[in-house]
Amino acid sequence: MIEIEELYKYYGERRAVGPLSARIEKGEIVGLLGLNGAGKTTTLRVLACDLLPTSGTVRVGGYDVVERPHEVRGKVGYLPDRPPLYDDMSVDEYLSYAARLKRVQTKDLARRVDEVLGMTELGDVRRQLVGTLSHGYRQRLGIAQAIVHRPDFVVLDEPIGGLDPLQIVEMRGLVRGLRGEHTVVVSSHILHEISETCDRIFVIQHGEILWSGKEADLSSEVEHGMRIRLTVRVAGASPEAALERARALVTGIAGVRNIESREPSESGDGIASLEVMADSDARDALCRALVSGDVGVLEVSRLRDLETTFRALLEEGAPS
Amino acid sequence: MNATLLIARREFYAYLRSPLGSALIAAVLLIDGLWFHFEGMSRPLLSAEVLQQFFYGASGTTMIAGIVLSMRLLAEERQTGTFTLLNTSPVRNSEIVAGKFLSAFAVIAVMTALSIYMPLLILVNGKVSWGHVAVGYLGLLLLGAAATAIGLFASALARSQVIAAVIGAALLGVLVLMWLVARAVEPPLNEFFSALAIHHENFRPFQQGILELRRVAYYVAVTYFFLLAATKTLEARRWR
Repeated sequence: MIEIEELYKYYGERRAVGPLSARIEKGEIVGLLGLNGAGKTTTLRVLACDLLPTSGTVRVGGYDVVERPHEVRGKVGYLPDRPPLYDDMSVDEYLSYAARLKRVQTKDLARRVDEVLGMTELGDVRRQLVGTLSHGYRQRLGIAQAIVHRPDFVVLDEPIGGLDPLQIVEMRGLVRGLRGEHTVVVSSHILHEISETCDRIFVIQHGEILWSGKEADLSSEVEHGMRIRLTVRVAGASPEAALERARALVTGIAGVRNIESREPSESGDGIASLEVMADSDARDALCRALVSGDVGVLEVSRLRDLETTFRALLEEGAPS
Repeated sequence: MNATLLIARREFYAYLRSPLGSALIAAVLLIDGLWFHFEGMSRPLLSAEVLQQFFYGASGTTMIAGIVLSMRLLAEERQTGTFTLLNTSPVRNSEIVAGKFLSAFAVIAVMTALSIYMPLLILVNGKVSWGHVAVGYLGLLLLGAAATAIGLFASALARSQVIAAVIGAALLGVLVLMWLVARAVEPPLNEFFSALAIHHENFRPFQQGILELRRVAYYVAVTYFFLLAATKTLEARRWR
């Protein structure tokens, strides 16, 4: 478990983090979400004992980061935003070096290095010099060094930074694969990425936690309701007539605030799309109304524009 | 293998892999050789005087080598971000500093050992006391250790290797020039400053083949002081 109480970190006169309190349970994957300069990296560096807090208490696995940093470092694996790699070593040599630094027993060393190379799919490049690796491989090697000693806690700072879409998917799988054996704290400024990977989100702004919870709660709390997309079909009618009929049927349903037409998601006679803003989850009521009005429902889906939600949260401050 | 030896081994191999280690050793041996030829072998001198000249010249290159080798040890790691690996591993700052120091000192030791052919050349043409040779080499190693520790402290302070080299050279320069300060002040301060001089007063006995315990103690103390200062600097950086 990670316990943070009233953490403050100052760089000179500038407050980078604080007041920040949080509790992360064993086995959770938690995301720190915030814009650049929000205090994510500083918080993670404190968790990894790379920096010491100005004030407050941070306990990782029961050990205080100020009083027992040596023990904390043994329990934490850390990937900084720039992986700490020696370009003049081969992948194998580097991982063995990192494992030894992190007190992996000599008798377990070769087996553990092999395991981690397999997990991070680095086996093909194990004899290659680190300096010749592509960005994606470097990130994977960064994660490999962070988990080579089987830490209880894994702290990853922007692990998808600079990766291409395919590598992002692979990295996501790799981070998800850490679930269970490790408690993972991962930072990003991309809400979508955090929501794909994490069980819980901490939104950080100006060094403070602005909001915490699950991604689904974030959308509904910040948007104060739910946006629902409907695609309907009225046999034998024009798209315009289908739209008007659907609009008439959903207007007046309890909780529906606003209805807007949208470009149909598929073409065809009598097909129309509309977006409904409701106070709560009105999907079942909408479907019932449309079907009872002899309008076919081709699609009903909840819309989540995560980045817009995130931006709204930062602009509004903490939701009530 | 403990963390100190692990770090020392990695850094030593890094010197061997990079052009810095071999180029520096080659340059030092070239300068020492030229100095030995022009100052020791090209005029009529006693064998012991030639040996003294050799140690005098080698002491200068050893000090410079100590600064050049150590300037990168911590500053480069911070520049490239690799220091985070050490800083977040269960390794004490003292182990990091000791490991780094040992790697650079090992290069100094190899470099110093490779210069043995020059005293052997004296042996071909004259008579050399092996005690003189051993004491002279001990002096070179102690001086190299002190210069390396000073450079390592500078590397702990600075963000870049160039700044580390400048700070290291400045600190070393101040300690070298203590003999000039000693000359300018009245007794008993002159003795105090003279005792602080890293080269003049403290190295001369080694150069002459005289082993004095207080000179050994001086170099050990300087080395320890700057290694401790480097360790404390790393500790302080975590609070920044």
